[in-house]
Amino acid sequence: MTSPNFSLDELGQDESAIIVEILGDDAVASRLMEMGLIEDEPISMIGKAPMGDPTEFAVRGYRISLRKNESTRVIVRREPK
Amino acid sequence: MPTESTSKRVRTVALIGNPNTGKSSLFNALCGMNARVGNYPGVTVEQKVGRLSGSTEPIDVIDLPGTYSLAARSADEAVAVNVLSGALAQQATPELAIVILDASNVERNLYLFSQIYELGLPVIVVMNMWDRVSAEGLTVDAELLSQRLGVPVVCTSANKRQGIEQLKKAIEQTLKAPKPTPLPEQLARAKFPAVFHDEVKLLSAWLESKGRRATTYEVDRLLIDSDGHFQKSICQSGLTEIGERINEARDRLQTAGCKVPMFETKARYAWVRQLIDGAVVRPESRSASPSDRIDRWLTHRWVGMLFFVVVMFVVFQSITLFARLPMDWIQWLQAKAGGGVESVLGPGPLRSLIVDGILAGVGGVIVFVPQIAILFLFIAILEDCGYMARAAFVMDKIMTTVGLSGKSFLPLMSSFACAVPGIMATRTIENRKDRMVTLLIAPLMSCSARLPVYILMVSAFVPENTYAGGWVTLQGLVLMFMQSLGALVAIPVAWILKKFFFPGEPATFLMELHSYKWPSPIVIYQRVWERLVAFVVRAGTLIFCTSILVWAAAYFPGDHKSLDLSVMALEKLQQESSKIGKRPTPDTEAAIASAHEQINLERSKLIESSFLGMAGHSIEPLVKPLGWDWKIGVAVIASFPAREVIVATLGTIYSLGSDADEESQGLKEQMKQARWPDGRPVFSLATACSIMVFFALCAQCSATLMTIRRETNSWRWPIFSFVYMTTLAYIGAWLTYQCFQLWS
Repeated sequence: MTSPNFSLDELGQDESAIIVEILGDDAVASRLMEMGLIEDEPISMIGKAPMGDPTEFAVRGYRISLRKNESTRVIVRREPK
Repeated sequence: MPTESTSKRVRTVALIGNPNTGKSSLFNALCGMNARVGNYPGVTVEQKVGRLSGSTEPIDVIDLPGTYSLAARSADEAVAVNVLSGALAQQATPELAIVILDASNVERNLYLFSQIYELGLPVIVVMNMWDRVSAEGLTVDAELLSQRLGVPVVCTSANKRQGIEQLKKAIEQTLKAPKPTPLPEQLARAKFPAVFHDEVKLLSAWLESKGRRATTYEVDRLLIDSDGHFQKSICQSGLTEIGERINEARDRLQTAGCKVPMFETKARYAWVRQLIDGAVVRPESRSASPSDRIDRWLTHRWVGMLFFVVVMFVVFQSITLFARLPMDWIQWLQAKAGGGVESVLGPGPLRSLIVDGILAGVGGVIVFVPQIAILFLFIAILEDCGYMARAAFVMDKIMTTVGLSGKSFLPLMSSFACAVPGIMATRTIENRKDRMVTLLIAPLMSCSARLPVYILMVSAFVPENTYAGGWVTLQGLVLMFMQSLGALVAIPVAWILKKFFFPGEPATFLMELHSYKWPSPIVIYQRVWERLVAFVVRAGTLIFCTSILVWAAAYFPGDHKSLDLSVMALEKLQQESSKIGKRPTPDTEAAIASAHEQINLERSKLIESSFLGMAGHSIEPLVKPLGWDWKIGVAVIASFPAREVIVATLGTIYSLGSDADEESQGLKEQMKQARWPDGRPVFSLATACSIMVFFALCAQCSATLMTIRRETNSWRWPIFSFVYMTTLAYIGAWLTYQCFQLWS
């Protein structure tokens, strides 16, 4: 793979990844981090809404819904197999 | 007496936690349902205070808004910080913070706790929704957590009333105990980098040299939150150099490799991880939970959409179906009570006040109760079982096109039945800006009170043309257009409101999706009851007052003597004819009919000479460009308490009696015969359409306006709604009339 890092919205159904970083330092980024999306934390994709957005994720043992403009700011890497 | 005042001293505790942790059910379990509700000065954040029930000394419980963090970015968070730190003069400083956690999601919930713990208040941790812990296969060692934290931990299931007594005991004990001071290493900020601690010391010293004492927590926040709440308040107090000092400190931190604000969340979550290590154990299964499996279907591309449509269909069908019967009873009861008053009280101002003012006013409030009860019954069930969040999830994409979120869908949808419950339902929207925009456009949705106006106008003035072999009628098309006009106009209105009145960062949609569960009857009962009381007591009184005012404007200053005599004569005639017991002779029938005619004539004269009639005459130049005469003007003003009143007022003005309805042929005939002084008919297709467009967009509904007042805790927004909607309605009606004029 050329780039092992990708953004969270590219994660497929039932796939998991490890958070690398949250882009930006505005309120949205702070809120994402406060909700527990922090580097080295695993996150998995549960499902998309009928119209493709938002998407449901599992992180820290709970379920959170993120819109695309939020999930694109979360950079993740594949889990080590 | 000083001894008495000290013994009666009210202690204050604050209840705080993340949204959706069952905080309001816990509050109700602690305080009963008698909360004092107000709002914090200057912000539209609800202030809810209750008295702890069953305690030996008086203890007030402040229910703080649900929040994920104390970073004080939003009004809710700022209020929480201000109350906890005692910065509000009109609110007693709490002596204890009760931090409520979702026991099934301890890790994320402890983040907020880690911030509250640093404020220096004594703390009790409540693990609510304890029943979910075993249901989800979790292991939570509350005792171990209590040991590690050095604070009491109480497990509750507020929706089942479990653990409440233990919590009350813990509150009383903690208030009696000497104030414990957590060791510095017990706090999450011990995990902050050393450079940050140095900067905090530097800034504290600088602030002190300027005569400002700040707590460590405040200094932490000054350095972490860019342009945050504390910085603003210090700037406002005149110490404007603070911004420069903070920026310098941040630059130094940056070069030292301490990333602001990321390091805070990282340090806190690291602290939480260490704290719960071995105390909270999740089942090590990577397969989907039962709740995830349900979600797979309920958010499925087709099944999920279909399910959503079915749920909405059931909800709104139930409102119209089940509310109709009780609403009919209420109207029947009102008529019965009116009849009762008329049988004991002779005609006169007192009888008119009771029947047309008070009874009509009370009826106008109570008539909303069935709809509100049914809608909130469904909302409470859907919220409590977890589907409400999924409904928002499913509808989000569509609603973002108008700048709102999925949570706005249900309040707007229910506004098609009636804006009053719809506006009350906007409480389910946490984002303040989204909530305000939704609340302000909700009255544009075509509610059921507009239908009588449309039916009257359409059936009287829209030609009965049919197309497509009789399957499509022009009347039906016009009716459909009127029904959807408000929603169409709402789209640009929402956009403008969002852009100019509630600007700012794009709303985030970080929504927690709880696992599904069976709804709790206690919680549902409480939600419905709370909403009904809020409506009847707080909005109801205002609606009632408006009804009385409009009654008075229509009654005074005319001389009702001759009308009262005619009514008395008619009632006597009716009594006599019923006493005889036989079928009334043609003579008495004719006499009764002529008496009716006489009364209707006098009524229409009286309304013309009333304050309302004067107002109608004086606004005639204003409404003439809309194609209206003064009579329509009067009817529109009189319909301020409720839109459908226009039909009855038109009935009175056209001397048909106020019991005319939208189906009555007499009213339609009279309207068709109405003439301008120059002989042109007043009512044409153009006028009818201009009236309908006006009613589609106007805010002629005092119940709606008073509910907005109640929900926003300010007169500003009902006035705003009235002005913007009336302006829209006027422009819309004017354009309609002028277009028709040009076209014909």
